[in-house]
Amino acid sequence: MRLVILDNYDLASEWAAKYICNRIIQFKPGQDRYFTLGLPTGLPRNHPESYHSYMWNNFFKHIDIDPSNAHILDGNATDLQAECDAFEKKIKEAGGIDLFVGGIGPDGHIAFNEPGSSLVSRTRLKTLAMDTILANAKYFDGDLSKVPTMALTVGVGTVMDAREVMILITGAHKAFALYKAIEEGVNHMWTVSAFQQHPRTIFVCDEDATLELRVKTVKYFKGLMHVHNKLVDPLYSMKEGN
Amino acid sequence: MRGGQDSVRAPVLRFTNCRLLRAGKLLREDLWVREGRILDPEKLFFDEQRLADQQRDCGGCILAPGFIDVQINGGFGVDFSQATEDVGSGVALVAQKILAHGVTSFCPTLVTSPPEVYHKVLPHIPVKRGGPHGAGVLGVHLEGPFISQQKRGAHPEAHLRSFEANAFKDVLATYGCLDNVCILTLAPELDRSHEVIRELTALGIRVSLGHSVADLQMAEKAVQSGATFITHLFNAMLPFHHRDPGIVGLLTSDQVPAGRCVFYGMIADGIHTNPAALRIAHRAHPQGLVLVTDAIPALGLGNGRHTLGQQVVEVDELSAYVAGTTTLCGSIAPMDVCVRNFLEATGCSLESALEAASLHPAQLLGLEECKGTLDFGADADFVLLDDALHVQATYISGELVWQAEVARP
Repeated sequence: MRLVILDNYDLASEWAAKYICNRIIQFKPGQDRYFTLGLPTGLPRNHPESYHSYMWNNFFKHIDIDPSNAHILDGNATDLQAECDAFEKKIKEAGGIDLFVGGIGPDGHIAFNEPGSSLVSRTRLKTLAMDTILANAKYFDGDLSKVPTMALTVGVGTVMDAREVMILITGAHKAFALYKAIEEGVNHMWTVSAFQQHPRTIFVCDEDATLELRVKTVKYFKGLMHVHNKLVDPLYSMKEGN
Repeated sequence: MRGGQDSVRAPVLRFTNCRLLRAGKLLREDLWVREGRILDPEKLFFDEQRLADQQRDCGGCILAPGFIDVQINGGFGVDFSQATEDVGSGVALVAQKILAHGVTSFCPTLVTSPPEVYHKVLPHIPVKRGGPHGAGVLGVHLEGPFISQQKRGAHPEAHLRSFEANAFKDVLATYGCLDNVCILTLAPELDRSHEVIRELTALGIRVSLGHSVADLQMAEKAVQSGATFITHLFNAMLPFHHRDPGIVGLLTSDQVPAGRCVFYGMIADGIHTNPAALRIAHRAHPQGLVLVTDAIPALGLGNGRHTLGQQVVEVDELSAYVAGTTTLCGSIAPMDVCVRNFLEATGCSLESALEAASLHPAQLLGLEECKGTLDFGADADFVLLDDALHVQATYISGELVWQAEVARP
């Protein structure tokens, strides 16, 4: 794996953004060659506006993507399992995910693959763990009774199929999960650990997130920053190439 | 929304590189318009899976709801209170000219006149949508003749009236037809005013208190009967007194029915009100402040003599007086000048100044769902302004209706 450590949240975000940008440019996408970016489900769609609003306000409205190319799991579908199966099919039809970008929960989960999720799971309906419900409470004015308890999520196996995986981890409250994910064994209780077996994983984090790691680990990867920074050297944009 | 299928295919315009006034803040957001209304781009993206058909770059300007002028007596030589042969084209001329001031909707105002004038003129000023031809007419503002003799200001004494005999019937007899009327200014101390106020309110007409010597108690009773506006605060009313604040006291009155807001017009031309007084009013009740021009036919013309209803007016630079007197007679400051004056005098935020000229008048008239706002579903009437609030372009129903000349080098 690569472990990229930046000083703070803003720098980590910027690094990750530049990296994704470069990956897309290097891929040389075109009319018939799509770069497929995978993102985890945020808040469940059960809540009438929230998840779509979140994706719209934070991502879609800032880019010029064709709306028919934006696929989000619909928690209001009548047959949820069929919705999940259809999603898996769409990923296959798009040629698989080129880069999956996700975060990590305090309980070490990727997307909503809660502790105990199969490491070869596919897109399905999951019941959320208390840790996750507590973490999501802030989107519902702190009212726990309003937080949805179930969510549709891509599976661990689904993400493992992506050609590259990037996990963003910031903040001291995620430090223990990061430790469990990369310094301990592959364990379905900390589902992010599954990516130890993925050929191209990159973890981007801030200093606070490394608080539970061994000094040796942190020193090693910090020593590689000159290599990491080459990955975010500005490349010519696709437009300039024309 | 008309015809489901057709509206879905209508072109979508996206105004980008601008700062929108939304929810009291200036945000870097794009404005999406379809069929003359403001569109929710999120629904367009997820439900209809569509992008914009055309994009307009707003050059970093502020994009604010179009200004609404609820008190304007004429302009460019047109006097709304004159029973001319062609009232319609007079209104149309003013409507077209004020687009340059950022006004997208207005209320042509008639000053105290003899009944014949009202009977002749009113039927020719219908409510009308705006467009490339000019700003929209929201309704007529009738200022007088049921006002105080003492505080008549520039209104001609000979034509003042009362309704003590037959209350609302007198009102109808005077004006003829109230169909096109949306605001009526009267003095609440006149006998039987409360009956009249109640009847007018029941018709959906906003009753405004002005040109009056009412004390606070009388004014409060009028508000309880339905009055919701004060015509040019401070002018043509008793001055604020600490033991009897008069109409001015409505700004902080605790007798206003719950959930109601008393709005008040302010002429921020730098002449009608001392900036300190403007600040006192604004600080006391910022939510109710409505900027009005109270513009007279001399607006847009030079100095000299002009008419206003039955009066002769002398214009000198920035001010207008009843000829041969020191009585102020309306103003000649365009709306955008008023907005800038207001901003400077009060030191308020850009957002507050813009809302005073758009959202608040819309709220006064109960039109805030479609006018004076950039919320989804509202009419796409807006202005592009530079940071000093100079109008760069005016749009009605998403269509460009006026544009500033680009400075040539």
